[in-house]
Amino acid sequence: MHRTTREPLRDMEKNNKSKNRREFLQSGVRLSLALALGGVSGLSLSKAIKDDYVWQIDPFACTQCGRCATECVLNPSAVKCVHAYDLCGYCDLCGGYLKPDSNARTTAAENQLCPTAAIERKFIEEPYFEYHINEDLCIGCAKCVKGCTSFGNGSLHLQIIHDICLNCNECSIARMCPSDAIKRVKASEAYNIKGDWTKPTI
Amino acid sequence: MKKLKYILYTFAFLLLTVSVYAQQQRFPKPEFDSGYTQPSTITPEPRALQLEYFDVLILAIFLAVASYLIIKKRSRRGILWLSVLALLYFGFYRNGCICSIGAIQNVTLSFFDATYAVSITALLFFVLPLIVTLFYGRTFCAGVCPLGAIQDLVIIKPLSLPKWLNKTLGLIPYVYLSLAVLFAATGTDFIICRYDPFIGIFRMDAKALMIILGVAMLLMGMFIGRPYCRFLCPYGVLLSWMSRFSKRHLTITPSECIQCKLCSKSCPFDAIDYPTNEKEVVKSGLGPKRFITYALIIPLWIAAGVFVGVKSHTFLSKANPDVYLAELLISQPEVKNDPDNIDVQTFLASGKSMETLVEEAEVIQDKFYTGSMIAGGFLGLVIGMTLLNTVVFRKRQDYEPHKGNCYSCGRCMDYCPVEK
Ligand code: SF4
Ligand code: SF4
Ligand code: SF4
Ligand code: SF4
Ligand code: SF4
Repeated sequence: MHRTTREPLRDMEKNNKSKNRREFLQSGVRLSLALALGGVSGLSLSKAIKDDYVWQIDPFACTQCGRCATECVLNPSAVKCVHAYDLCGYCDLCGGYLKPDSNARTTAAENQLCPTAAIERKFIEEPYFEYHINEDLCIGCAKCVKGCTSFGNGSLHLQIIHDICLNCNECSIARMCPSDAIKRVKASEAYNIKGDWTKPTI
Repeated sequence: MKKLKYILYTFAFLLLTVSVYAQQQRFPKPEFDSGYTQPSTITPEPRALQLEYFDVLILAIFLAVASYLIIKKRSRRGILWLSVLALLYFGFYRNGCICSIGAIQNVTLSFFDATYAVSITALLFFVLPLIVTLFYGRTFCAGVCPLGAIQDLVIIKPLSLPKWLNKTLGLIPYVYLSLAVLFAATGTDFIICRYDPFIGIFRMDAKALMIILGVAMLLMGMFIGRPYCRFLCPYGVLLSWMSRFSKRHLTITPSECIQCKLCSKSCPFDAIDYPTNEKEVVKSGLGPKRFITYALIIPLWIAAGVFVGVKSHTFLSKANPDVYLAELLISQPEVKNDPDNIDVQTFLASGKSMETLVEEAEVIQDKFYTGSMIAGGFLGLVIGMTLLNTVVFRKRQDYEPHKGNCYSCGRCMDYCPVEK
């Protein structure tokens, strides 16, 4: 307070007046800003959902382009191949497991389609085999998916695995996917597993 | 001969498609005799919703503590530790996602995309810091934002930049904000997230380019305090609007400024305004005349902005994948024969007609036309107002933080010798 005593009274009054004016203006603008903020949030709140979103692949839209392996922010990708066993034919000659031109139905690496040998083949009973994906090895390259979809039942397909995925605000694969197959889905229905999940008919 | 082959192929193809549709499964699932139990398909659950709400709770607590530390407690040390905690939690533990800055895009998209609704967590992340800033200044930037925290911690020897440079570079966030809103509104891209320079560091994994960008930003940040905050951050624009009119704000001194000048060099962000020297102002010829001229040319700036916006809308719209593809197919039809162009090949295989693609692209381009026009006008207004501000004379007797630009980091408080 000691400075004001140095000032002539008239100056002080003038200062006070302009100060009052400024404060009035400030609170006016503050109020309008608060209202604008309230308006924006109210408007989006009217549409907002309690559930959260996650990203997921529509296996029927995916064209197995291979970008899932390369475009994810994670390396290796959060996209992995999953196996819908219900749809599998347990074929000996698996289109997803063996290269089309392979000369023998053996587990030899040169005959396998998967670049990382992530598919494990297990004999069940004559002539059936179970195919199991080793998630730690799979890089989501979609080679097996392509094979299985073209020559088999299409039981192998890609999904974003949610204990790996970081749930980016915008999935960087979604942007690059040529088939627009990656969409936001509700977190409570986070997977589109073929068989359980059928393409919504629009 | 060739024709025959072609017909055969078509026939084979038709047969194949028909058979696929006729029976979903080419090879029916076998009946097993040996008591085989089929494994179930793995579907690990995403992060629980409760945890997302927990993040919001943490955000609210951090905001409250930061405001308390700055306004009531006046503790630089406290805010420093709080920002370290925020960096650890929101940065390294939550991997920098979701953040308030990126939430701008979610809110925007929810306005423009009928099929998208923002999640409550994202909305709260967007709105809570703004509300708090309207009451207590940018305490969010001081102790809660992980991007601010990581930059604040690396400051070693901040240089003071000339005022004109600060002002000019300070326009970039407005451009960034306009583009971010434009791209989000047209459903093109979330550029704030894609070009977040520090996310690669938080995740300790990213494309090489983003890591380089982040490290470069931090190296620069040793000498130029908080470069992202000052010259890029689009959320900072909104925060600074709120902060300018905040009800309360950090003060450098606990009571009266004694003009000791001790704080004047303490701010690494050039956010302290010095007392005004009336004589100098009179000499430099700033006055009502200039004010009127600058005010009168604001409409010209807006018009120029609109013009530039309209001119650049085709260029900007190419960032949209659909528009890009359509333009590519029109300007270089020969790419149709390029087997390595995945986008083109997928489009050709999808059976979508060229007309549909072009139609869709035109709709998006129209949106870009309107959007760029508005964004340009807005930027023109901002430039005009910034210029106008340079000739407005505000009387100031003390050393004060610039309410819009101050991050409430509290450094200057430590320099003030006045006791409470
Ligand atoms: S980017 Fe799209 S089309 Fe390509 S593999 Fe992934 S989901 Fe399938
Ligand atoms: S072929 Fe590719 S997608 Fe299939 S299991 Fe191997 S790595 Fe995964
Ligand atoms: S959301 Fe992110 S982490 Fe998840 S699949 Fe997409 S890019 Fe990868
Ligand atoms: S300016 Fe932006 S990046 Fe910096 S602390 Fe504030 S919100 Fe975070
Ligand atoms: S609190 Fe002080 S030192 Fe920190 S940004 Fe504001 S004016 Fe600068």
